[in-house]
Amino acid sequence: MTADIQFDADGNLRHFLTIEGLKRDTLLNILDTAETFISFGEREIRKAPLLRGKTVVNLFFESSTRTRTTFEIAAKRLSADVINLNPEKLSTSKGETLLDTVNNLEAMHTDLFVVRHSYSGTAYLIAKHVPPHVRIINAGDGRHAHPTQAMLDMFTIRQHKGSVENLRVAIVGDILHSRVARSQIHALNTLGASEVRVVAPRTLLPTGVERLGVHPYTDMAHGLDGVDVVIMLRLQWERMEGQLIPSEQEFFSLYGLTEEKLANAKEDAVVLHPGPINRGLEIASSVADGPRSLILPQVTNGIAVRMAVMAKIMGGVQTVGSDVAPRRRKQ
Amino acid sequence: MGLVIKGGRLIDPANQIDARHDLYIKDGFVVAIDIAPNGFKAGDNLDANGKIVCPGLIDLRARLREPGQEYKATIESETRAAASAGITTLSCPPDTNPVVDTPAMAQMIQQRAWQIGSSFVHPVGALTRGLEGKQLTDMAALEEAGCVGVSNALQPVDDTLVMRRALQYAATFGLTVHLHSRDHWLQGNGCAHEGEVSTRLGLPAIPEAAETVGVARDLALIEQTGAYAHFCQLSCGRSVDMVASAQTTGLSVTADVTAHHLHLTEHDIGFFNSQCHVLPPLRSQRDCDRLRQGLVDGTITAICSDHQPHELDAKLAPFSESEPGISGLETLLPLTLKLVDDGLLDMGTALKLLTSGPASILGIDAGQLGVGATADVCIFDPDMQWTLSEKDLQSRGHNTPFLGWPFRGRVTHTLIGGQVVF
Repeated sequence: MTADIQFDADGNLRHFLTIEGLKRDTLLNILDTAETFISFGEREIRKAPLLRGKTVVNLFFESSTRTRTTFEIAAKRLSADVINLNPEKLSTSKGETLLDTVNNLEAMHTDLFVVRHSYSGTAYLIAKHVPPHVRIINAGDGRHAHPTQAMLDMFTIRQHKGSVENLRVAIVGDILHSRVARSQIHALNTLGASEVRVVAPRTLLPTGVERLGVHPYTDMAHGLDGVDVVIMLRLQWERMEGQLIPSEQEFFSLYGLTEEKLANAKEDAVVLHPGPINRGLEIASSVADGPRSLILPQVTNGIAVRMAVMAKIMGGVQTVGSDVAPRRRKQ
Repeated sequence: MGLVIKGGRLIDPANQIDARHDLYIKDGFVVAIDIAPNGFKAGDNLDANGKIVCPGLIDLRARLREPGQEYKATIESETRAAASAGITTLSCPPDTNPVVDTPAMAQMIQQRAWQIGSSFVHPVGALTRGLEGKQLTDMAALEEAGCVGVSNALQPVDDTLVMRRALQYAATFGLTVHLHSRDHWLQGNGCAHEGEVSTRLGLPAIPEAAETVGVARDLALIEQTGAYAHFCQLSCGRSVDMVASAQTTGLSVTADVTAHHLHLTEHDIGFFNSQCHVLPPLRSQRDCDRLRQGLVDGTITAICSDHQPHELDAKLAPFSESEPGISGLETLLPLTLKLVDDGLLDMGTALKLLTSGPASILGIDAGQLGVGATADVCIFDPDMQWTLSEKDLQSRGHNTPFLGWPFRGRVTHTLIGGQVVF
């Protein structure tokens, strides 16, 4: 098996590409660090000098508002110089390959790339081809991973529930195409959630999803029964090949989160959504804007968590021992 | 003047020979075994002590990239690589550019190979014009021009009526149809086996049914048309079962498997290793086990390289966007010998899968070393231990997931028509 290149030879986290394989202390360490950054937004001077003199390039091959903006703010609050690039409108449309683009930018002495791309594995590909001093953060690669999103979700859950441990969590909707779900599943299991459920029609559940450590449900009422946290996902039409759901109406009636369906969850259950939300498709406005919704706090927390991740991989935060999770049986 | 290959262990599966013999070669042919014929003058002795002497290997499917993709490889570069790997005959699919759907194209490829003289090349002609799955090619003319079969290569023939007629028409001339059976809707733009790994990595998946539905459809049509059909590179255990059961009912169907599907599974993709991006995809351990069993029970009668040399850039892309395929000529024999080391096959059976097995699928007079046979010979040291490194590769394509693999057994000489070409 190819070595996991997100670690250096000593097992220290060098790039942040996926939650898979990270140990619990590393995740807690990032969440604790984010905690210290959370008050930054309210301060008079909102800057820490951790990345002073460093250049961060936001390389978004796929469009994004929330993620790119919060990464930009996070980097600026750490005093880095930030450049935003949307290569779809730049060189790659002139025939330059992905790696050529990265190499050219790297030649301008970039220290950290934040990369989003529509194909799974792109962040790995780039990480494999940059010199050792350059760091990569995966801001979403195809259907594979979106680790900073998962971390900010964990942060938000912890903020409201005290801990992720022993919580029962349901992830609802387009699991098949969701990089967010895959990263959340790894994060929740690593942080000791008591049960992770995925709820979707069979067309939106990937084969063998239970081997990721989840219980699949096709019935929303059963799937939400007694859960502490409900995470709704966006239907990713742009990634769907062929028809996977018959109509928006039927999807909403079966899997859309309404007050009525939410009543199956625990009384104090909270609702998350990575955004952008489709009101009346995955989630009713009354729930999205309701008292149990954490959708806006998620966005706010995104900044602190991304600051913590940047600090972590740029060497500003140390975990005791390596960052690698003890090896579990493969296959 | 003749040549004697002395003292080697001659393994000639087609003639059930496996013992120490001397091989006498003259004017390009095997003229005697052990006892020099009258008037034989040995010009050269080739000492094969401690080595295995077998018929030159036959690779059922290798892409030479010429014409059309000479930036990847050429007939010259790849036939030389083949010779260095003990392969003396290879068959190439019609998916070049232009497609091999005319006699002129078929002849051009053979002529180029003939001029270079590193190995015999037998083209497989196109089943439909331009591989578009619509109009049949002039199959009789293609056969006349030297095509050893017809195939639509990796392009689907979605129209079942066209497929039925293609099989019927090919059957008219006894031409073997090489099938890459699959349902292209189920395959979609998938790039990895639908299973644990594709789910974990979020890679677009190809379900088992993409192959089994294709095999089932084609078997039903073969049964109706009486065509000779050969299933190329089975990847699923269930497909092996289906072909085996068709063989028991008396259908003229054969099957091959690629060397890499016998050694790699979906798990070898690791973290997006694009060298493991192949079509059909690497499947589960259970599939791999059944493919191996298919060699033992005789359902599968050939191992091929499915050689697909690529330029460096082809693999420097996100997994799904990288070009599928492995440069496999030079690992064909080593990976097959690994099956002997694994205790799956004896040496004779292993070599049969690379010599007389593929020869009979192609219907060519090669792959054996009886008196009178063309002296295409592979000589290898079965005990030589080595590790595959990039500098070993003769092929233009360095795209292989087997770099760094330890192997036992290495080719020392290759003869074509009695001439030492390696």
